[in-house]
Amino acid sequence: MAIAEQKTSPQAAQGAGESSWDGIVLQTLKRNEISLIPYVPDRVLTPLIKNLHADPFFTTFATAREEEAVGIVSGAWMGGRRGAVLMQTSGFATLANVLASLAVPYQIPLIMFVSERGTLGEFNYGQSLVCRTMRPVLDSLALEHHTITRLDELEFIADRSIKQAVTTQAPVALILNPLLTGGKVFDK
Amino acid sequence: MKTDLDNRNTKVMNRFDVTSRLIAKLGNEEAVIGGIGNTNFDLWAAGHRPQNFYMLGSMGLAFPIALGVALAQPDRHVFALEGDGSLLMQLGALSTIAALKPKNLTMIVMDNGIYQITGAQPTPAAGVADIVAIALGSGLANSAWAADEEDFERLIEAAMGASEPHLIAVRIDDKPGIGTTRRDPVQIRERFMHGLGVREPL
Repeated sequence: MAIAEQKTSPQAAQGAGESSWDGIVLQTLKRNEISLIPYVPDRVLTPLIKNLHADPFFTTFATAREEEAVGIVSGAWMGGRRGAVLMQTSGFATLANVLASLAVPYQIPLIMFVSERGTLGEFNYGQSLVCRTMRPVLDSLALEHHTITRLDELEFIADRSIKQAVTTQAPVALILNPLLTGGKVFDK
Repeated sequence: MKTDLDNRNTKVMNRFDVTSRLIAKLGNEEAVIGGIGNTNFDLWAAGHRPQNFYMLGSMGLAFPIALGVALAQPDRHVFALEGDGSLLMQLGALSTIAALKPKNLTMIVMDNGIYQITGAQPTPAAGVADIVAIALGSGLANSAWAADEEDFERLIEAAMGASEPHLIAVRIDDKPGIGTTRRDPVQIRERFMHGLGVREPL
């Protein structure tokens, strides 16, 4: 198994979570020279955000709103620096305007990682309804998007999608499904 | 409209005139991001430069886009022109910028209290909210109203050599923007990237 091999490889010893979903995302970002990571938090993204903050390669910071983060990485791309935005499903739901008026028409390779709420055990009705708006919005803008459910497919999908976004100058959404991340469970 | 805010010791200036004064001060290929509508119409009319970026939508994102450019190119000074109505849509961006403290970013707010391009309706903040007070409260210590044109130019000069981000608010009249930006987004972006030295000219 790929996972078992990673656990025993020399690289795996370099950092905790090398073979975890968040470790793979971090390494894939780094390998693709994506260093600017604005985000709006999400419980499930916490280990990734924590490790990005801990790694001086990345400039990682919270923004007040997802649109703002999209504006920042768009400006950075035009200035020659690559970035990616982290958010949860409800945050994606706020982005239709900026996608349709900035990222798509200006042909900006906006890379989005979306932690998927609203499915597979969601306990908040509002979240589940918001989730159902996401793929229709992506499809209506003809935006590339992939839902990642398997750890062994994560690196391939993320790495290839980032490279495609950059070379075709088009946005991409990588949706991190609860089957990959464990999702958020009802605990309070 | 008569309010307490009208008693501020600030002259009502003209956006095109103020924008032209900004452009005249630039000598180091500084980037300038124009917000939607009149701020980028006047930026265009002040004389197109390859280092100008013109927004066609995404109201309120002039400062975040400028922040991205500033983070990507820390040695280049970046200016952003935003209307008061647009800024109201994205006030959180002020705190983000205050937290990151990019020393090469200057934000200019053109405040006429109205959504001029949609028919001059007053903004919900008109007459009650003070943009500089909001900026100060957001953590941007170097925020000031420009008292008049000379004061505006002085504030621009101070901002260019500063070690913290600046916000300059300008009370402006209700004159519409001069000129109209070309509306080809890919051309705008490519020219801007050439202007920033990121792309070779075609």
